[in-house]
Amino acid sequence: MRVSISVSDELPPFQRFLDGHRGAVWRFLLSSVPRHEVEDCFQETFIAALRAYPRLRADSNLRAWVLTIAHRKALDAHRSRARRAVPVADPATFAEPSAQAPPAPDEALWDAVGDLPARQRSAVVLRYVGDLPHRDIAAAIGCSEEAARRSLHEGLMRLRKVVPA
Amino acid sequence: MNARAMNDTRTIEEALRRGSQPAGSDRGRAARTARELSVEEAGEAATRLAARMGAEGLADVSYTTAESPFGTLLVAGTRRGLVRVAFPEEDMDSVLERLARGVSPRIVEAPAPLDPVRRELDEYFSGRRREFELDLDWTLVGRFGRRVLKVTSEIPYGGVQSYGEVAADAGSPRGSRAAGNALGSNPIPIVIPCHRVLRTGGALGGYGGGLERKRWLLELEGAIAAGR
Repeated sequence: MRVSISVSDELPPFQRFLDGHRGAVWRFLLSSVPRHEVEDCFQETFIAALRAYPRLRADSNLRAWVLTIAHRKALDAHRSRARRAVPVADPATFAEPSAQAPPAPDEALWDAVGDLPARQRSAVVLRYVGDLPHRDIAAAIGCSEEAARRSLHEGLMRLRKVVPA
Repeated sequence: MNARAMNDTRTIEEALRRGSQPAGSDRGRAARTARELSVEEAGEAATRLAARMGAEGLADVSYTTAESPFGTLLVAGTRRGLVRVAFPEEDMDSVLERLARGVSPRIVEAPAPLDPVRRELDEYFSGRRREFELDLDWTLVGRFGRRVLKVTSEIPYGGVQSYGEVAADAGSPRGSRAAGNALGSNPIPIVIPCHRVLRTGGALGGYGGGLERKRWLLELEGAIAAGR
């Protein structure tokens, strides 16, 4: 179904919002939770968004808003995994099992993103997948702008060690 | 930070940005394939999710398409009932935006809640159904329009009325022109049979979906002779 971006002071129909941001949310979750939890988190993210949707202001940054929700759902998933007292998954399981070809350089990088500590990972993903400014990253993570800047920097530093340039 | 570390960080940043670009950007083929795969997965997950939002009543409006002799119609419904039928040439984005403004922005593409609508439309178009048994949601219709369209709904299959008669039955002091306007902005054509309202003397008058279709519907119902 066709999706267009129109300049309007009205909230877009939810379907258009879903179509416009599903890719960013999916990508964010792929690098934030184990593969088999991605779809659940994806559904929960957009169901929470649907509930709150009519109360949003039309000029809100919808991408920042939905990634904020996705970030919380990813944290919830981590917490409930911990509560279930199942040993925390080995970071290696975050990576997709490479069925066919060895992962391309970019994919190796994204696997490394998945292995970052939660806050650094969120900062990195919100910055580069969500294209959010530091202020919105801070709001999404629930920290100061300065702390968000620091987490982002630390994340990049760690990626530099993991992934040879 | 030394110069080398700075450079490396920039390399990482560039790679991250590349990975976040839409598919089709200039990157390695394997990376693009993985990326396209995840785009595809996200699309499929979104389709399943929208269907679920509609089926479980989490969304306020569900819409889908329905094939018809006129082409692909868009049909939309709420918990109350059918709220909109749009002809193929209507711009889908504007139709959905109007629904977002007039009913609720919680709109998703979900076929299941509209199965009865599609079934009854199929039966109607193939001549197997003379009356619709669908609940209607009148949210998009104003007070006067509602009176006019309710009177119109009473015109039986195969019958016709004049704009003046409909206006009078709707208790309108404003007469047939106002009734014509209300019929012209019928948000649920075919199901609310505004095509059964003609000019006094039998001229077709107007139709939101075009006069060809009005004639076709009236011929289908046997209200006018076929092949004119």
